[in-house]
Amino acid sequence: MEWETVIGLEIHAQLATKSKIFSGASTAYGAAPNTQACAVDLGLPGVLPVLNKDVVRMAVKFGLAIGAKVAPRSVFARKNYFYPDLPKGYQISQYELPVVEQGMLEIELEDGSTKNVGVTRAHLEEDAGKSMHEDFEGMSGIDLNRAGTPLLEIVSEPDLRSAKEAVAYMKKLHSLVRYLEICDGNMQEGSFRCDANVSVRPKGQKEFGTRAELKNLNSFRFVERAINIEVERQIDLLESGGTVVQETRLYDSVKNETRSMRTKEEANDYRYFPDPDLLPLDIEPAFIDQVRATLPELPDEKRRRFIDEYKLSVYDAGVLTSSREMADFFEAVVRESGGQAKMSANWVMGDFSGALNKDGLEIGDSPVTPTMLGQLLQRIADNTISGKIAKEVFEAMWNGEGMPDDIIEKRGLKQVTDTGAIEAMIDEVLAANPGQVEQYKGGKDKLLGFFVGQVMKLSKGKANPAQLNELLKKKLAE
Amino acid sequence: MSLSSADVQSIAHLARLSIEDQDIPEYARNLSDILNFVEQLGKVDTKGVDPMAHPLDMAQRLRVDEVSESDQRELFQSIAPATEAGLYLVPRVIE
Repeated sequence: MEWETVIGLEIHAQLATKSKIFSGASTAYGAAPNTQACAVDLGLPGVLPVLNKDVVRMAVKFGLAIGAKVAPRSVFARKNYFYPDLPKGYQISQYELPVVEQGMLEIELEDGSTKNVGVTRAHLEEDAGKSMHEDFEGMSGIDLNRAGTPLLEIVSEPDLRSAKEAVAYMKKLHSLVRYLEICDGNMQEGSFRCDANVSVRPKGQKEFGTRAELKNLNSFRFVERAINIEVERQIDLLESGGTVVQETRLYDSVKNETRSMRTKEEANDYRYFPDPDLLPLDIEPAFIDQVRATLPELPDEKRRRFIDEYKLSVYDAGVLTSSREMADFFEAVVRESGGQAKMSANWVMGDFSGALNKDGLEIGDSPVTPTMLGQLLQRIADNTISGKIAKEVFEAMWNGEGMPDDIIEKRGLKQVTDTGAIEAMIDEVLAANPGQVEQYKGGKDKLLGFFVGQVMKLSKGKANPAQLNELLKKKLAE
Repeated sequence: MSLSSADVQSIAHLARLSIEDQDIPEYARNLSDILNFVEQLGKVDTKGVDPMAHPLDMAQRLRVDEVSESDQRELFQSIAPATEAGLYLVPRVIE
């Protein structure tokens, strides 16, 4: 039988505020345990939550960016459950009236086509603390620094049909929240987390199959692998006459399997009700307009502009607009290089990105600035150096040797464009290789490459390649 | 509306309340009486009335995003039953 996969994602994006959603404690990552957990976060008696205005602003910004409805009135609710890293015995979340509803995100598929994925809702909630189960005999250690950190939970429609689509959607969302500067997107630190609802159904069937919820998918790679492995498990189960149970499953990246988190098979019963400590949240049209005015150029618009303005391929434009930092860097290089768009694209995506990856650096930490790379590209464009020598200069820049012009000067890398000098080197090479000259004249055209290589070697890579080719052919034709 | 013994047990479990078996019939009766009392509201015509999220007819006030709390871990942990290395210790929980 042919099966169809149905996936919906729930993504928790940690909002990039200084203080928590309902208290004035810091949200900075990595502090000593419980030094950023105040009386409100600890759920001490008599405290009251007060909503952070920036959290609302960021949720509205997100809603506008995905063309969603921003609710004029939304309500906070208590989600009741017991766990030691949730001191109040409930999580403040939103249930019936979330702040954002019915948005849309366009994703690009591998074949170059696009697909619209519905965003059912996005709601505000507080994060829980962290539990540590090792190191304490018979006890668990609780750190409540993370308790009360603002989260935007973004819930997609079950519109995704493969692990690849799920990853494309997740990457798109990841890029968007960073463009909007509402989330730092740091997956190692848990700022951007994903749960996936996965089910399968016979192709053509209308009703959805029973779904499993996958947790602990903290990288793009794991999302893809976990979904694929879960789909395989469900199909095997169904084809051997079994049924899928609705449950939460944990992905184990070491064993590459999903396994049931058996919590006594009891259905979750969170008994949501409106939180009496918080009044309804009213969002005025004037506030929405204010936020709208702060929207940056979004990834899709930027990509289209890059294709138009810089004549880039769809692929190149996609890579260069995948993050705002990358796009800004590219545009600065184009400006500094005097408009060498194609060359800028190649260098930013090639040597520059490669060097960043190799050293594990972010664009902001790069030792090479747009001014430096721009000047280097100008020297290639005006024939001062060849593309090959430019790689050497780039490496020197990366290692902190200064501006390209200084490096070229200091290392004597200026391209040889003097016809006489190049001819002299050609003569020397031809004289040293009479046998090859004979063979070439006898019809072995391929040897041209050999001569070019020899002259290049003699010039230490500095001979102008175009001139060299032309002069060499002329000489050999004599 | 009347609650069964099983309902009472399930509610008690969700609220992590320990109750004696012998008390269950009385809890069931009392809770059912409360529900029946409130159910009288069902007779009121509420067509066109928005569900109320809060008894006060006001909107939530917002605070500026500023860190205003300092570290008071020592003070808070002085009343905790057990702590170690800055963590609160609780009976082990593992799912």
